[in-house]
Amino acid sequence: MSVMVDRDHKFLTDIRGIAENVAGQHADEVDRDARFPREAVDALRACDALSALIPAEYGGGGVSLEAVARGCYELGRRCSATAMVFAMHQIQVGTIVRHLDGAPWFEEYLAEVARDQRLIASVTSEIGTGGDMARSIAAVTPGDDGLLSLVKQAPTCSYGGHCDDLFTTVRRSPDADGSDQVMVLHRASETDMKPAGTWDTIGMRGTCSPGFVVTASFRSEQILAAPFSTLMNESIVPLSHVLWSHVWLGIATDAFERGRAFVRAAARRKPGEPVPAAHSLSRVMSELTMLKAEVESALADFVAWSEEPGRERLGTMGSVLRFNNLKLAASEQAPRICMAVLEVIGIAAYKNDSPFGVGRHLRDTLSARLMVANERLHTIDAGLLMIAKEI
Amino acid sequence: MKDLRSDVREVLRDHARLPEGVENLSDDTDLFQAGMTSHASVNLMLALEDAFDIEFPDSMLKRSVFESVTRIALAVGELQEQAA
Repeated sequence: MSVMVDRDHKFLTDIRGIAENVAGQHADEVDRDARFPREAVDALRACDALSALIPAEYGGGGVSLEAVARGCYELGRRCSATAMVFAMHQIQVGTIVRHLDGAPWFEEYLAEVARDQRLIASVTSEIGTGGDMARSIAAVTPGDDGLLSLVKQAPTCSYGGHCDDLFTTVRRSPDADGSDQVMVLHRASETDMKPAGTWDTIGMRGTCSPGFVVTASFRSEQILAAPFSTLMNESIVPLSHVLWSHVWLGIATDAFERGRAFVRAAARRKPGEPVPAAHSLSRVMSELTMLKAEVESALADFVAWSEEPGRERLGTMGSVLRFNNLKLAASEQAPRICMAVLEVIGIAAYKNDSPFGVGRHLRDTLSARLMVANERLHTIDAGLLMIAKEI
Repeated sequence: MKDLRSDVREVLRDHARLPEGVENLSDDTDLFQAGMTSHASVNLMLALEDAFDIEFPDSMLKRSVFESVTRIALAVGELQEQAA
């Protein structure tokens, strides 16, 4: 236990240092130029943070999910793009670790991620599926000499031009139903990424997520064996919602901190006089506290339910609702907090070149409701709430 | 335990919206692989609760319980026995 606590402690000390001294230093430029936060990602590599979730027996950091989630939050306070890239990578790693089932190729692969600090992107969305991750058009296609291949039209692929490997959803075979999917891990060196579109967005600009036509060849061992519905229910969906929401909480927390710095400065200018802005900020603080409580309790539920035998509860509809509700609440609450801080501070928050600016925070958190559209989650939840018994 | 499979098939026919039709599937065919959507599966669960006068507890509301005629019949039978 104390080994684990030490590992978590060292990991978080490293992450806080990177957030403050590297990610935060370049955040404005990363946002302005819509460029990849390479300094921060290199710094994360240098302290082996990309293999934090990999068990020590494969050469990884053996860091707890709680600490990794906290790391997403800490990075989110300084650079949203760095935090989101880090979170998305950890979702891929975490999914492989949780569904290894002794597959030799994936065991060897995890050791390689730990050794070389490989960055994994994911290719889940596809043109023609209407944003439904539970369906694919692209399929695993058998070719000559035992190699398999896939061609997928991805409307967005975060850091697709900056990753070492990709984790892609495709149909099991050319004649499989659209919902009969598998996940394939293929290396960037086995993949042709043909750019299809740009990434000049209002926020999350540094994630560099344009569209690509992804063409890859691979071997059958590179297909993760677990059924796709199991991957989705037990790992991909809840893990994504938990880690994303930590990023959004981090961004909203920094917006709040800027509001606090502003009211403190106002109080110092006129000692003894009431500061009306502080009163407004107190309301924002209670909103932030609710967001924090939801994000942290979801993490605690996910960790506890993951430890139950067979992860039974993560397979239930109640669990789908629980982690969808986290995503809905956090993605709507985070920009609301940034917006409220904007009103507390006023024009100084509206300026891009002000230390009290929250424009980037607001723009970045607006992406939250779109990454897996909230309307889609409401449609799923609308069905489930009719049959689920406990909320 | 009473064999409920033919009763379950009747509910499936009306609510599972399977492209192939339930008549052509075996008792152990995976209904989700046979094209039952998650939306249809929720309607199926509601219809099963009505038809058999049962309530699925949250712990049973998962894919594996509804993935075939046999599995559904077992689950319904189990709940009926508990109620009896």
